[in-house]
Amino acid sequence: MDARRKIDEGRVAMPAAPGLPFSLHRVGAMILRYWFLLRGSWPRILELAYWPTVQMIVWGLITRHLQTDSSWVAQAAGVLIAAVLLWDVLFRSQLGLSLSFLEEVWSRNMGQLFVSPLRPSEWVVAMMSMSLIRTLIGVVPAALLALPLFGYSVFTLGAPLLAFFANLLLSGWWIALIVISVILRFGLGAESMAWLLVFLLAPVSCIYYPLEVLPGPVQWLALALPPAHVFEGMRAVLFGHGFPFRHFAAALGLNGLYMVIAGSTFLWAFHDARRRGALLNQYE
Amino acid sequence: MGASEIDAGGPAVRASELTKRFGDVVAVQGLSFAIARGTTVALLGANGAGKTTTLSMMLGLLLPSSGTIDVLGCNMRTHRHLALARMNFSSPYVDLPHRLTVRENLLVYARLYGVADARRRIARLAEELDLAAFLKRPTGRLSAGQKTRVALAKALINDPDLLLLDEPTASLDPDTADGMRAYLEAYRARRGATIVLASHNMSEVERLCDDVLMMKGGRIVDQGAPAGLIARYGRQTLEEVFLQIARSDRAVAG
Repeated sequence: MDARRKIDEGRVAMPAAPGLPFSLHRVGAMILRYWFLLRGSWPRILELAYWPTVQMIVWGLITRHLQTDSSWVAQAAGVLIAAVLLWDVLFRSQLGLSLSFLEEVWSRNMGQLFVSPLRPSEWVVAMMSMSLIRTLIGVVPAALLALPLFGYSVFTLGAPLLAFFANLLLSGWWIALIVISVILRFGLGAESMAWLLVFLLAPVSCIYYPLEVLPGPVQWLALALPPAHVFEGMRAVLFGHGFPFRHFAAALGLNGLYMVIAGSTFLWAFHDARRRGALLNQYE
Repeated sequence: MGASEIDAGGPAVRASELTKRFGDVVAVQGLSFAIARGTTVALLGANGAGKTTTLSMMLGLLLPSSGTIDVLGCNMRTHRHLALARMNFSSPYVDLPHRLTVRENLLVYARLYGVADARRRIARLAEELDLAAFLKRPTGRLSAGQKTRVALAKALINDPDLLLLDEPTASLDPDTADGMRAYLEAYRARRGATIVLASHNMSEVERLCDDVLMMKGGRIVDQGAPAGLIARYGRQTLEEVFLQIARSDRAVAG
């Protein structure tokens, strides 16, 4: 090749001040990266919707059975279906963020990403955005399908649904940041945390049963976590007790607190990875 | 410090008493060196000499245990993002995402570096580095040589002032490797860019480099122009100089 002839004579146009604080362009670049990955695989897109739909069908059938035997379920037909759909918001948002991180580790791309001007905060915002997209792809088809199959629409929750959705999304994100921090610190041997950690919270999240079912001291533990407030709030709305501002405020406050803790933990883990050289080594 | 405050003069890279320890292992100890702007410099040394550790600290991927490293006038501990926008890196040992096509990968990195007309830049690089035939192919399905060229295209996407290359012609056939070296020479001449490379190909180093930092046991044991080193050691080639330095411990021990 005639290198001198081929080389571009002009400079590449660059922004006036590249590398300066938080850039939405770089966030967009990372969203594009994950979108390319997602759209390149139809099985992945189908898989996103598969589990929420199957779960919804199972709990819809259980509801149909219990409506005849259980006065509690009979009082609010959608209590179990709404619970399973909202639980999937929490699970999918956590998994969506964790998987974006794991994609970089599996593809050994971390060393390339962090010699670019990409900041950890921009990366996290991009992964959160993809988590939202993945969650919507997963949960919305199941929610829509519940109407023809079981005559129940989760959208009848109205505006509170948005409040529940936002809180569970936030919960999924801080759980994922803890998962990522653990994997950054301990390597890929801890990757199963991405699927397991959220289930540790399931029993105390009171997804399918009221808080009173839990033993006394465990109720305090449940109330220290945002999901229990969301699911208590959901039941309050479904049973006609109005929007529970107390639970909403508690969930939002707790999410804010845990997000600060998880974000700080992630930044520490990232800094520690730079200290140990783990961004180049592939955590194995 | 803002972008406008970046030091325009001074060396491209300045290390001062740079040390990196991993537990009890000292990977790099007390390195002090400066790399002048517009030069091509090689880090040479046997496996474990500390080349990758030094490159990683230049890139801000690894924090020094002590000492400082400034790149393009920016302290890499405190202001690495300002420098990273103006530099780039290629290594056959650090992958690009396999499932993305070559074009998709280059587009993502062009946007990360804020290249204004990304598609045009990609088209230009594809022409210059003969990538056009496989731009639509998933990166994971490329041959090793093709991956090396794609990695170089990614490293050039932002027209960097400082280019760090780890084994830049690994897996390339002699003809393509020769073309790549010519390309790098022309790029440096046009841009006035600084190139730092780690290579085990001594003829490549002799051809491309103005200066060589010889590393051993985490220290710089010698430094100079390839021709100067060859003359000083009374050898015919840089490879002979490399071998003499690499085996000097054994000779002393024996």
